[in-house]
Amino acid sequence: MSAVATEYETVIGLEVHAQLATRSKMFCGCPTTFGAPPNSQTCPICQGMPGVLPVVNRRAVELAVRAALAFGLRVNPACRFARKHYYYPDMPKNFQISQYEEPLAEDGSLELEVDGAPRRIGIQRLHLEEDVGKLVHEGDFATALSSLVDYNRAGVPLMETVSRPDLRTPEEAAAYLKAFRAVLLALGVCDGNMEEGALRCDANISLRPRGSTELGTKVEIKNLNSFRNVQRALSKEYAHDYRYFPEPDLVPLQMDAAWVESTRAALPELPRARRQRFVSQYGLPAYDAGILTQSTALADYYEAAVRAHPANPKALANWITSELLREVDAADDTAIARSGISPARLAGLVLLIDDGTISGKIAKDVFARMLASGEDPAAIVKREGLTQVADAGALEALVDAAIAANAKAVADFKSGKTAASRAVVGQVMKASGGKANPAMVDRLVQEKLSRM
Amino acid sequence: MRTIHELTAAFAKGEASPVGVAEDYLARIGALDDRLGAYLTVTRDDALAAARAAEARYRAKAPLGPLDGAPVALKDVFCTRGVRTTCGSRILERYVPPYDATLVERLKAAGAVILGKTNMDEFAMGSSTEHSAFQLTRNPWDLARVPGGSSGGSAAAVAGGLAAGAFGTDTGGSVRQPAAFCGVVGLKPTYGRISRYGLVAFASSLDHVAPFALDITDTALLLAATAGHDPLDATSVDAPVPDYVAALASGVKGLRVGVPDEYFGAGLDPEIDRAVRAAIDVLRDLGAAIERVSLPTTEYGVATYYVVAPAEASSNLARYDGVKYGLRVPGGKDLIDMVSRTRAAGFGPEVKRRVMLGTYALSAGYYDAYYGQAQKVRTLVRRDFEKAFARVDVLAAPTTPSVAFKHGEKSDPLAMYMNDVYTIPASMTGLPAISVPCGFNGSGLPIGLQLIGRPLDEATLLRVAHAYEQATPWRQRRPELS
Ligand SMILES: [Zn+2]
Repeated sequence: MSAVATEYETVIGLEVHAQLATRSKMFCGCPTTFGAPPNSQTCPICQGMPGVLPVVNRRAVELAVRAALAFGLRVNPACRFARKHYYYPDMPKNFQISQYEEPLAEDGSLELEVDGAPRRIGIQRLHLEEDVGKLVHEGDFATALSSLVDYNRAGVPLMETVSRPDLRTPEEAAAYLKAFRAVLLALGVCDGNMEEGALRCDANISLRPRGSTELGTKVEIKNLNSFRNVQRALSKEYAHDYRYFPEPDLVPLQMDAAWVESTRAALPELPRARRQRFVSQYGLPAYDAGILTQSTALADYYEAAVRAHPANPKALANWITSELLREVDAADDTAIARSGISPARLAGLVLLIDDGTISGKIAKDVFARMLASGEDPAAIVKREGLTQVADAGALEALVDAAIAANAKAVADFKSGKTAASRAVVGQVMKASGGKANPAMVDRLVQEKLSRM
Repeated sequence: MRTIHELTAAFAKGEASPVGVAEDYLARIGALDDRLGAYLTVTRDDALAAARAAEARYRAKAPLGPLDGAPVALKDVFCTRGVRTTCGSRILERYVPPYDATLVERLKAAGAVILGKTNMDEFAMGSSTEHSAFQLTRNPWDLARVPGGSSGGSAAAVAGGLAAGAFGTDTGGSVRQPAAFCGVVGLKPTYGRISRYGLVAFASSLDHVAPFALDITDTALLLAATAGHDPLDATSVDAPVPDYVAALASGVKGLRVGVPDEYFGAGLDPEIDRAVRAAIDVLRDLGAAIERVSLPTTEYGVATYYVVAPAEASSNLARYDGVKYGLRVPGGKDLIDMVSRTRAAGFGPEVKRRVMLGTYALSAGYYDAYYGQAQKVRTLVRRDFEKAFARVDVLAAPTTPSVAFKHGEKSDPLAMYMNDVYTIPASMTGLPAISVPCGFNGSGLPIGLQLIGRPLDEATLLRVAHAYEQATPWRQRRPELS
């Protein structure tokens, strides 16, 4: 096993199909809403009726150009659609309008980190195409007596990106997909919903002798949890020659250079840049910054909290990464909004700790109540009487009582075991029901023991 | 036989009624079309309803324009909502489109009365209308002869007085050639001038929507009402539509007319040669300057066309698989078998021949040698024309090398393909071209003069054709059908 591992290396390239977040389809005006009743979002054009013609959705082009620029691809001054032919009943025209020899953009890369080490993965090309419909079989695919076709998906705009075979391990492939998705989400180009098929990935995997630059025999691995792709892979057995030719119903798309530049200038901050900024601007560890920039919504949440309490960005980051994300899924863009805790309220909680009103320990209880009720932390603290005992007179009495009850700790302290003070402090905190200000208790105990 | 402009003038003056005229045409179709075979579907009720609406507008002194109430026919390749559209094919025999083609919408908006859908070669593949899956269409001048094709039904309807005007499609000559064979006017406008939306595609980069009419004024009216940009057709031209009728009377004085040597070579019927040269003399007499020009790539036209058109057809016709609409032959052991059985039964031999040719031309390893090479030749042909149009304003040539032939006469596909030799170059370049009647041969069969113009310059074509028409008697002569 190890001998093989040193002689050969795995070479992985990924093809990702992302559904562009347009309201209407690629070549007609039908809506793209997911989950509508079968064939309710179709028209003669996306059903491939005789006589219909495609018209390019400008918004889809705009979104694809945005993605191309974000990945540093060269947007070609002109690109062209082509017809890709094969017979399959979910494809209304029995050809798919795609791009072949003249794609929208070529030659870029995606930067990602695997185990803390930066990697740059080449992206060979990016092109536009239309999705196909969906076959619904009565019962099992192999034995079904009939199949029905739902053309709601047919004609939905897709952006296909083909990576260079720069990936070496499944972990790298997963990191690529995650980083890719984060960029698309930040750009608003795709909603990234993998269950609804808005992002689909195929892998080309081959082995080659280490050090070789040539690719070995390729194995294409389809998204096997989806029947659709299994079937498609099977149907391709019939027709390997797609007989591509330029789509005569569409004129080549001319990309206005000034428009491309203005699109580039309007790109939002991308996850990687934002992560670097979080490190430099807020002093966060790279790891935490990475977690917070996984999604635009999460990063926006964090920065909204920082705006509400600018004095302690690190504590806010800790509360989000260690507490809030225990409750909500960081990868789910909308979950954070549904958590019930607004950025301002989280900031309010940290403020209560920072100004000494409550201890960190009490704060965790308050946080749990906030999750349940969505209430304001200050209101919870007030109603539940959770304010720290910071009255020196009241604390002194508790400290005195604790010292009196812990002769052994006092003796140990006197004999130089200064750590013994902790037992006294613990006793005081316990007696106060956790409400004593820990810093004040510590100071008082130290003072009194030293004076004895 | 009255022209559209004569009819609508009579409607406006109250001397004729749109309903009465529509009834006359429907009666004539009922009486003669058994013999002529021009129509596949007659839309009697819709036609009369449209005529009644037109009549009400004339009564209110508010007609929609110069086509209001005009009885027209449509080649059965244009989608008509609720009216079956067969393309002359078994595979679409019962296909009823859910929408109107842009052409149909525009004609309806102009008040035209659509009489029905006309016969054609299956999927517009042919030059005689003999490849229709349903019936033969006969030439009104000689019922033993073909009307030309593929828009033979529309040409025969106009020539036989079964419609006042009609629309067809011209992919390699499918309007100009039947116009020449039937002694009517046929205009193929510039590619993209009239929207292709709703025209069932044969060869997308070559398909043109094209009107037939009895004279040039009607041709100008039909073009004006249907030309112009359509957001549903990405290849439609976004350019203003001039007033074609107003420009007709300007004459040809000072215009330069080019005569391409290559259109008068071997294979041209001597009677056609004489008639076309005589027509050119008429233009000279009217004040045009005549110049010889050369279009050396003409000889490659047919070969190039028979790569490009079948290639695009093989793709466009892939959708007829029995899954969604049209014919389905059951009993297949799996999907591919069902598709094969459906296509085997649904397509005629000419369609199968071209789909096979086209599939081959697009196949891996052959693409560059065929489709790729053909596109390069197309560019060369275009350059030939650009050179000629640097010197002349229009080109004058025969429309066809022969007059209408007899049914069954051209059973060899290649002989049939050669009939398009003079019409194909304007199809491949998208240049506007018109066929105007220019006389008869010794047997009384019509001959067509073809004029080819600069891109989007239909106005000049129509102007030259109008001057010629007004100076000659040909349009007075009509076939005797009774
Ligand atoms: Zn649609």
